[in-house]
Amino acid sequence: MTALSYNSLHHSSPQAADQIFVIVQHWIVGHAPVGLQPLLAILLSVVAIVGGFGLLFAITTILERKGLGRIQNRYGPNRVGFFGSLQPIADAIKSLTKEDIVPQTADKLVHLLAPILLVLAAFSVYAVLPVGRNMVLVNLDAGVLFFFAIGSVTEVAVFMAGWSSRNKYSLLGAMRAIAQMISYEVPLILSSLTVIMATGSLSTVSIVEKQAGYTGILPHWFIFTPWGFAGFVLFMIAATAESNRSPFDLPEGESEIIAGYYIEYSGFKFALFFLGEYLGMFAISGLAITLFLGGWNAPLPFLTWVPSYLWFFAKLLTLIVAFIWVRGTLPRLRMDQLMNFAWKFMLPMALLNLITAAVWHFMPAGPVRWLVSIVLVVVPYTVLGRNQMHKGHLEKRVYRFAE
Amino acid sequence: MLFTIFAALTVAGAVAAISLRNLVHSVLSLILAFAGLAAVYLLLGAQFIGFAQILVYVGAVAILIVFTILLTRNDGTFGHSSQASWNLGALIVIAVFGTLAWAIHSSTALHHAPPPQPEATMQQIGTALMVRFALPLEVIGLLLTAALIGAATIALHEKQERP
Amino acid sequence: MTPLSSCLLLSSLLFSVGFAGVLMRRNAILILIGIELMLNAANLNFIAFWRYGSAPEALTGVMFVIFSIGVAAAEAAVGLALIISIYRHRKTTQIDRMNSMRG
Repeated sequence: MTALSYNSLHHSSPQAADQIFVIVQHWIVGHAPVGLQPLLAILLSVVAIVGGFGLLFAITTILERKGLGRIQNRYGPNRVGFFGSLQPIADAIKSLTKEDIVPQTADKLVHLLAPILLVLAAFSVYAVLPVGRNMVLVNLDAGVLFFFAIGSVTEVAVFMAGWSSRNKYSLLGAMRAIAQMISYEVPLILSSLTVIMATGSLSTVSIVEKQAGYTGILPHWFIFTPWGFAGFVLFMIAATAESNRSPFDLPEGESEIIAGYYIEYSGFKFALFFLGEYLGMFAISGLAITLFLGGWNAPLPFLTWVPSYLWFFAKLLTLIVAFIWVRGTLPRLRMDQLMNFAWKFMLPMALLNLITAAVWHFMPAGPVRWLVSIVLVVVPYTVLGRNQMHKGHLEKRVYRFAE
Repeated sequence: MLFTIFAALTVAGAVAAISLRNLVHSVLSLILAFAGLAAVYLLLGAQFIGFAQILVYVGAVAILIVFTILLTRNDGTFGHSSQASWNLGALIVIAVFGTLAWAIHSSTALHHAPPPQPEATMQQIGTALMVRFALPLEVIGLLLTAALIGAATIALHEKQERP
Repeated sequence: MTPLSSCLLLSSLLFSVGFAGVLMRRNAILILIGIELMLNAANLNFIAFWRYGSAPEALTGVMFVIFSIGVAAAEAAVGLALIISIYRHRKTTQIDRMNSMRG
C-alpha cells in the first residue's frame, strides 16, 4: 500500500477521473475498523486485479478467436450473443460443467496442484505492475526482480503438470516448455537490464516515473532510443516464447504432441491452464509496457487528461492484438531452430544491447550519440541475422537423447 | 508466529526431500523447502536475497535437477544404503545436530535484544557490489562463465567414442 | 528464545537434514540435494547474523549470501552435468556403483 500516498490525492482534484479507483478504495477502507484497514485495502486491490484481468481474459479469448478467424478467412464464433460476443460466458459454463477426468496412473496430488500453482503464480506478478497513477498493489524496492522470480515458478507448475499426467506427450511437452522458457528467460532478463541500467532502479513505479515528460511532442519512453527499441523487440520476442505462444508454441504443437503438458487435463483444470497462460501473456506485456512503453504515461503531451489506467489498458490491448496477429501469421519453429535462435541470435544481441545502453548513457546528448547507438544496434543485427539465415536450416539433425 | 510457520514448512520440505522414495517428489519437496526459506529471508528483511533465492533455486537449480532426473531415467528405487551404514549415518547426524543445538542453547552472545531492522535497499546492495565487492563480483562472473562452458562440454560430448 | 537463536536452530536443523541426505542416501542426485540444503542452511546463518548482528550497514552477510548463491548455482550445474555424463557410461546414478576409475 506504499504507493497510495494520501497527500498526493489532495493535489489531484482536477484529475478525479484519473484517481477514481484510488479514491473509492480509500473511501471503502475508511469505513472499516482501523486494525483491519491495511488488510482490507490489499484485499480490495486483489479483487480489482483478479476481476479486471479476468475480464480482460474473457475479452481476449473472443478477440483472439474472432481475429484468427478473420486472418484465416472464416467467421469465428458467431452464434452466442451479438456476433458471438457472449461466447466467453458459454465457454465458462461449458468448462465448469464438464467432467473432471484424472488419469488412473496419474500422481493425483501433483496433478491437482499444478494448475493451482500456475494460476497463483500468474496472478502474483500483477502485484508489482503499476496499472495507473498510484495504482499498484505493492511498490517493491526489487519489483522487477520479484516479477522474474515469481515468473520462474510457472516452470515448476508446467513440469508438475507434464510429469504427473504420466503421458509421454505431456512429459515431452513439459520438457520442451521448460527448455524453451529457460533459454528465453536469459535474453528476457538481459534486455530488461538495459532499462534498469538507465533508471538505476528495480522498482516498477520509479521506472514509470522516469519515463514521464516530453521533448516537443515525443514522450521520454525508452522505446524511443536505439537501445530501448532493440531491447523492446528482443523483450517481446522472448516474451512470446515465455508465454508459449505461436510461433514458439512447440510445447503444445498439436501436430506433434497433441496439447503438450496439459493434455490430460479436462474441465475446470483445463480452463485454469488456459487462464494461467493468458494471464502470463498479459503480465509480461504489462512489464514490457512498464519498462519500455512508459507505463501509464500518455503518448502525447496534450492527451494527459485521459485517465492513466486507460492508457495502460490501451497499450496492453495493442500488444495483445499484436500477439494475435503474430499467431495468425507465422508458422511454428522447429526445436533446433528455436534453440539456435535463442542462443546464437537473442543472447548476443541482448548482451551487445547492454553495451549500447552504456554507450548511450556516457556519451553527451546529440546526433553523434544517436548515430553511434544506431550503428551499434544495426551492425550486429545484420551480421547475426545473415549468419542465422545462411546456416542453421540446412544442417543434418542430430538426435542426442533419443537412443 | 509467521516465522514458525515458514520454518516448519522449510524443515518439512527438507525432510521430505531426502526421505521420499520417488526422486521427482523429492525435488518438489525441495522446492517447498527453498520457498519456505525465501519467505524466512523476506521476514528477516533481506528482500533481494529472498527473491534471488526463488529465482536461482526454484527457477534454476530445482529445474536443473528435474532435467537430470528425467535424462537419467532412474527406475531402480534402492536409494537407501545398507542397514549398518544407515544406522551409523543416523548416529552421526544426531550427534551433529545435538552439538549445534547445544552450542546455540548455551551461547551467551545470542541473548541480547534484537536491534532495529537494518536497511538493505537495492541501491545500497548495488553500490556495495560495484564498489567494495567489485573484485568478488568479477570472480563470480568468471566462475559462472567457466561453470556454464564446463557443464555444457561435460554433458554433451563424444558421439564418436561410443562403440 | 531470541529471534537470532531460533534462526540458528532452524539453520542447524536444515544442515542436519541435508547432512543426513548425504550420509544415508546412495543416489547421486539426492546427495546433491543434501549438499544444496546444507549450503542453504549456511546462507540462513549469514542472513540471520546480518539481521541481528552488530554492523548491518556494511551488508557483509547479504553480500556473502549473494556470492554463495552464485557458487551454489555453478556447483549444481557442474554436478548435474557430471551425473548425466557418468550415467551415459555406467547407466546408473547410484554412487556405490561408480566405484571404478575406468570411464
